[in-house]
Amino acid sequence: MAVKQVSIFLENETGRLADLTEILAENGIDLNAVTIAETGEYGILRCIVQNPEDAIKALAGKGFMASISDVLTVAIDNVPGAVNKVLQILADAGIGVKYIYSTIQSAKGEAAITMKTTDQERAENILTKAGIRLCEMEDLK
Amino acid sequence: MIWNKEMECADRETMRKVQLERLQEVVKYEYEHVPYYAAKMDKAGVRPEDIRTLEDIELLPFITKEDLAVNYPTGLFAAKMEDIVRIQSSSGTTGKPKIVGYTQRDMDDWAESVARGLTMCGIGKNDVAHISYGYGLFTGGLGAHAGAEAIGATVLPMSTGNTARQIMFLQDMKSDALCCTPSYALTIAEAVEKAGIKPEDLQLRAGLFGAEPWTQSMRNKIEKGLGIRAHDIYGLTEITGPGVSTSCIENNGMHVQEDLFYPEIVDPNTLKQLPMGETGELVFTTLRKQGMPMIRYRTRDICYLMEGKCACGRTTVRMSRVFGRTDDMLIVKGVNVFPSQVETVIAKFDELTLNYKILVDRKGNSDTIELMVEFADGLAIDDIEFVESMKKRVEHELRDSLQIGCKVRFLNAGTLPRSEGKAVRVEDRRKYE
Repeated sequence: MAVKQVSIFLENETGRLADLTEILAENGIDLNAVTIAETGEYGILRCIVQNPEDAIKALAGKGFMASISDVLTVAIDNVPGAVNKVLQILADAGIGVKYIYSTIQSAKGEAAITMKTTDQERAENILTKAGIRLCEMEDLK
Repeated sequence: MIWNKEMECADRETMRKVQLERLQEVVKYEYEHVPYYAAKMDKAGVRPEDIRTLEDIELLPFITKEDLAVNYPTGLFAAKMEDIVRIQSSSGTTGKPKIVGYTQRDMDDWAESVARGLTMCGIGKNDVAHISYGYGLFTGGLGAHAGAEAIGATVLPMSTGNTARQIMFLQDMKSDALCCTPSYALTIAEAVEKAGIKPEDLQLRAGLFGAEPWTQSMRNKIEKGLGIRAHDIYGLTEITGPGVSTSCIENNGMHVQEDLFYPEIVDPNTLKQLPMGETGELVFTTLRKQGMPMIRYRTRDICYLMEGKCACGRTTVRMSRVFGRTDDMLIVKGVNVFPSQVETVIAKFDELTLNYKILVDRKGNSDTIELMVEFADGLAIDDIEFVESMKKRVEHELRDSLQIGCKVRFLNAGTLPRSEGKAVRVEDRRKYE
């Protein structure tokens, strides 16, 4: 499994997000997916970009703490019930979902979802067995 | 071993007798030789002969660092320039440095104070004293040097810098005692570890660290990293330099050389003396100084005093570590708050750095206090729960320490502006109309 997610800590201030995307834009970093988890004071922006290491380098020293972690991205059909099918498999296996967000498979125009679950390794095995296709970084190009 | 049993182990009555005799003498001397202070005494309506008991010291006016600034450079010198054998200096408040002059006897007393301190730490004539304080106008290097010479130790006048060479000498000369600032000791400890040298490969056993505030976590790192016992040595240029007080192996406060430097604790607001054991501003009177005596000099340092015989055998009054400075003291919701308290809390969390700012404001009729603190660089944050639980833990610790609630706001590493020299830690936005 090899989809890498970049997480960035953000103070909740007007313009802070634009500061961040400006740096990404200046460095030619393309966003395949983006989501924010937030409280009143903070946000954590999670995104998928083609070259996570480049993103980290671009942000270092600019006042943004970014880190890379592994996530599970699965290809789904662009039809009603497709997300439900995946989540049902996980629920049946007693695996919880910490967060989930939609992702673009730009080359093929297909949909995908990215997840962090309570047991990534088992989720990966169960979904593969059920015939769900796991994405690699290249699929998201 | 005790360097000067007669003074360091004197019973209370004897000590007070010595102190009173010397106080009367120094006040008379100051009155006769320093017109500026004589005018202050006249204004307060007190004459040298009014000092009949030690308690009468409260009649005397204070000397502040503003007085030093006004009298720059040598207006408070009591001795003639021909009798001044040394000048030392430290930074002043208004851009002009503080200039202090010493007679030969002042130099000897200073060396005596440091000699007592070194002996207290178990250092003697058979030891190698590695002095890594800066040499020059700063009192650290030359002060520690003179004390180490006085006890007959083998002195290595290293001064600061060139850490690789410091480590080479520590190893090759088998240094027993290290004297430097705590932050430099930490730098040396880290370099020692980096060089793959184990603490047990060094002969070092004691360190005398002072001249700046330091935290318990720094102490632990230094003690572990160098395999030593760390001692506090306190002093200030205006009073003499390092050695005014030093902590013994019992590590239960710093023994004040009170036959030379008479300590008082006063309430920084009312300026009234506080009873033994209460926390307030430390005030010193130099009992024997000739070059530039200081009568009731307000140090701005906040601490408390302890009486009673120490397990080491000494009977001198001990002072606690310095909690903060009155210059930095904030009064929030009627409670005294020191940035150093906040710093101690921050230091407990590896996830945080000492890059912080305290913001005080007033909403309606109520004060608010907020801590902005940077996360440690390289910390991976992918979880809002982590941030929230950190916030709870830090706020809880702050409430325990400050006795009032303090809101915490986390910042990305590297976002607070860095200043050269002393960082601006506090921003007080309250307006008093």
